Amino acid sequence: MSSARRVRDGARPPIRLLRNLSSKIAAIPMVLVGLGVFVGGTLWTVLHSFTDSRLLPRLNWVGLDQYERLWSTRRWLVSIENLAVYGIVSLVLTMCLGFFLAALLDRKIRYEDTFRTIFLYPFALSFIVTGLVWQWILNPEFGIQAIIRGLGFQNFNFDPLYNPDLVIIGLLIAGLWQGTGLIMVIMLAGLRGIDEDIWKATRVDGIPIWKTYIIVIIPMMKPVFVTALVLVTSGIVKLYDLVVAMTAGGPGIASEVPAKYVYDTLFTRQNLGQGFAASTMMLVTVAIILIPWAYMQFREKRQ
Amino acid sequence: MTNSIEIKDLKLSFGAVTVLEDLNLEVGQGEFLVLLGSSGCGKSTLLNCIAGLLDVTDGEIHIQGQNVTWEEPSRRGIGMVFQSYALYPQMTVEGNLTFGLKNARVPKDEIAKRIARAAEVLQIEPLLKRKPGALSGGQRQRVAIGRALVRDVDVFLFDEPLSNLDAKLRADLRVEIKRLHQTLKNTMIYVTHDQVEAMTLADRIAIMRGGQIMQLAHPSEIYNRPVNKYVAGFIGSPAMNFMEGQLDGGAQRFDTGRGLEFSVQGYEFVGPPTTGPVWLGLRPEHVQSGKWAEDQPVQMEALVDMVEPMGSDTQVWAKVNGQELRFRMDGQEAVDIGDRIPIGFDPARLSLFDKSTENRL
Amino acid sequence: MTAAVTTPRGARPKNPFAPRNIMLYGALIIFSIYYLLPLYVMLVTSLKDMAEIRVGNIFSPPVEITFQPWVKAWSEACTGINCDGLSRGFGNSVRILIPSLILSVSVAALTGYVLACWRFRGSEVFFGILLLGAFIPYQVLLYPLVIILREMGLFGSLWGLVLVHTVFAMPINVLLFRNYFVALPEELFKAARVDGAGFWGIFFRIVIPMSLPIFVVSGIIQVTGIWNDFLFGVVYTRPENYPMTVQLNNIVNSVQGVKEYNVNMAATMLTGLVPLAVYFFSGRLFVRGIAAGAVKG
Ligand SMILES: Nc1ncnc2c1ncn2[C@@H]1O[C@H](COP(=O)(O)OP(=O)(O)OP(=O)(O)O)[C@@H](O)[C@H]1O
Ligand SMILES: [Mg+2]
Repeated sequence: MSSARRVRDGARPPIRLLRNLSSKIAAIPMVLVGLGVFVGGTLWTVLHSFTDSRLLPRLNWVGLDQYERLWSTRRWLVSIENLAVYGIVSLVLTMCLGFFLAALLDRKIRYEDTFRTIFLYPFALSFIVTGLVWQWILNPEFGIQAIIRGLGFQNFNFDPLYNPDLVIIGLLIAGLWQGTGLIMVIMLAGLRGIDEDIWKATRVDGIPIWKTYIIVIIPMMKPVFVTALVLVTSGIVKLYDLVVAMTAGGPGIASEVPAKYVYDTLFTRQNLGQGFAASTMMLVTVAIILIPWAYMQFREKRQ
Repeated sequence: MTNSIEIKDLKLSFGAVTVLEDLNLEVGQGEFLVLLGSSGCGKSTLLNCIAGLLDVTDGEIHIQGQNVTWEEPSRRGIGMVFQSYALYPQMTVEGNLTFGLKNARVPKDEIAKRIARAAEVLQIEPLLKRKPGALSGGQRQRVAIGRALVRDVDVFLFDEPLSNLDAKLRADLRVEIKRLHQTLKNTMIYVTHDQVEAMTLADRIAIMRGGQIMQLAHPSEIYNRPVNKYVAGFIGSPAMNFMEGQLDGGAQRFDTGRGLEFSVQGYEFVGPPTTGPVWLGLRPEHVQSGKWAEDQPVQMEALVDMVEPMGSDTQVWAKVNGQELRFRMDGQEAVDIGDRIPIGFDPARLSLFDKSTENRL
Repeated sequence: MTAAVTTPRGARPKNPFAPRNIMLYGALIIFSIYYLLPLYVMLVTSLKDMAEIRVGNIFSPPVEITFQPWVKAWSEACTGINCDGLSRGFGNSVRILIPSLILSVSVAALTGYVLACWRFRGSEVFFGILLLGAFIPYQVLLYPLVIILREMGLFGSLWGLVLVHTVFAMPINVLLFRNYFVALPEELFKAARVDGAGFWGIFFRIVIPMSLPIFVVSGIIQVTGIWNDFLFGVVYTRPENYPMTVQLNNIVNSVQGVKEYNVNMAATMLTGLVPLAVYFFSGRLFVRGIAAGAVKG
């Protein structure tokens, strides 16, 4: 009896593993998801990208064969090129447009809330909805092309969804429509965080507004820009739904993207090894973008 | 000689809220004017109106004889120093100082000359190549002053420049600002809610309340002859004692009606002495006690309620015939709760305010 | 002489049609048109009949308003296998949404609580791993999850999808909850512990009642995220369990039959209505939510 009491009194430390038992039980989902799904799943996929798995995964090593085949597949090369073009253009335009809209809203305008609501609402919609609407608006028979031809410009041509050279533009129009609102909101929060006195000081110094933005305000918003950059980039890598809804990869394979390549390879062409190799390449892409960013964050924290 | 700044019938509203109304102010050449008042009384608003950072609703603002009511801030001939410094963080100190000048296309050698001078006056030469992030609060504020200095203007506006600094730095920089004013002899308008800063720096103090200037006068005048009860209570630390009572203008006697009654002979009335309910104000430091009470015109006995020894002096809370009274004693005097000590004061140093208008009698 | 004009007094004269204002509001209005156009086109197209669409242009308002396309989209449109419209997808989406929402928010809140208030050795490491998960492209994990669900016997069922949503919701939502809970005053926990409350007592009686805003924010992120999901729906459910987005895509992009653009647009609008309603009703909270969720994507 008495010895049991003494343990409860804390004379002897309780067993470490049992301390905070409830919290450890509550942490089980996190551990399972983190280790089991994220780490385990990633390792599994990377591992199987070195095998010749087809219909079912199996550990029959073939070294880098899958990667060699991947990089000699035209469809993959087109996908990568599309992603690069879409990614760079969309990144630049989203940042510029997002900042521009935020700056407009920050000029103490009337109906600010209304404009903000208008610019942001597309973000609530799915890429499927976005893609289908713009598919309709860009429809050459009924949409913008037809209307402008109807105005008398018979030679006007704008049918991005049916023209392999322009199809990325079609995707960009829809993607920007959906995504700029978010960046605008983030930039606006950044602008609102800038000390009012800085603006006053530039007025006393007689600096024109556009110059104030470029020389003073934008450099002050570096962290906001970095966040926006990471956000847009990780969104771009995931680009899939929009393509499926808008073009289904067409015309031909002109608008294929890596995420779609992976899906199709895994689930419709049942070439698992190849799909794993492609998804590993996507992971590598993200890592290439992310590691410098993480390094920067880490260095800033240390300072 | 014209005034440096003239403000005529200034009114400023934010929508339905009127912050400043019918405000008139004249500031002489080279004068150091302090705007003093509690938080939210409109000091910053007034300063921003002078700077042109806020559009006035009505009235006129003249600087150096020019009507600048509609002028851009940069063209009013003013320099401004902000509470949060508002330095451009990604530019060096030198960049901060030259940014406005370069933008105004001031010739290079002229810029160099002004920077050199400002750096010398403010002793920031070693800091010129650093960025604001690598400076201490005091150094930052010096750079902020420097940014106003290089503009080579007649009027300096300061909005609580020292209130982000700790007490010691504040005292140091206060002296420096005073020295700066003596060297440059510019007109300066300085907003603060620190009375020590106001008393030590100002040629004249404007006490503000609710968007209006209550009193505009030399610091000693404000301290000795406050125009109303608000000003009297605002200036001075510890605050003035107030007693409610009846004044007999003919006999020049004051009566609390609760057992305390004394003569106010020697008080300088603004107008003819009146009879009626009044507030009587007596500064704690004007009450003499112990043996120094003996030669005072008015004498009484106080019962000590509480004692706060501060070292150099001792603050005493006491009761005089039921009336609360706070005063200061020499720190070396021995005094205890429950002691009865003689006190006295000179009616010439009193302040009397009408009970209803609260204006000085 | 017009000397009277030259003494400035009062407010600087403002010209509402100054070039600056025209440019400012002009730009705002042009961009508003770009953002509003699709919504408008979607609406007017869905209210026209096919004859009118073939002759008219997509921007003109309907001559004769018809709700037939909406009815058809809801109950008759064909997805390739069956022809009972979007109503089935709507039902599926609701049946996916509700358990996913409850499960994902509760798991995230509980995990955030552990990480904020009951740290143990290694908890930060697991948190780091979890956050890294937010940056792994979904494609990398698609197949491993198929295997896991198959092992659990959940592949193809609604519950499998619920689990997938919960897994992928964890990084962002745990971060949100953890950061919110960390900011709660620490004295509160100490006081509660002195009063004898334990892990669950503090969670239910102190933390949850104080955290309504963050639950709403997380809820908004989850409702829109789950409702708008397409990829997981296609991968982890069987056709009879497809959520609304997948069904919508199948209806609109099906190659058989004549294209009925009005029905397509009605279906598109129907699918967008739920997140739009969330957006318009939660207003500022939505902005806060996505900004918070966006802080690290
Ligand atoms: N943009 C604004 N809109 C509405 N009211 C305002 C605005 N700016 C200031 N005010 C109001 O005007 C009054 C005066 O403000 P001001 O900033 O001038 O006070 P202050 O005397 O400088 O106070 P402090 O010592 O705290 O700086 C305050 O009551 C404030 O609430
Ligand atoms: Mg102020």
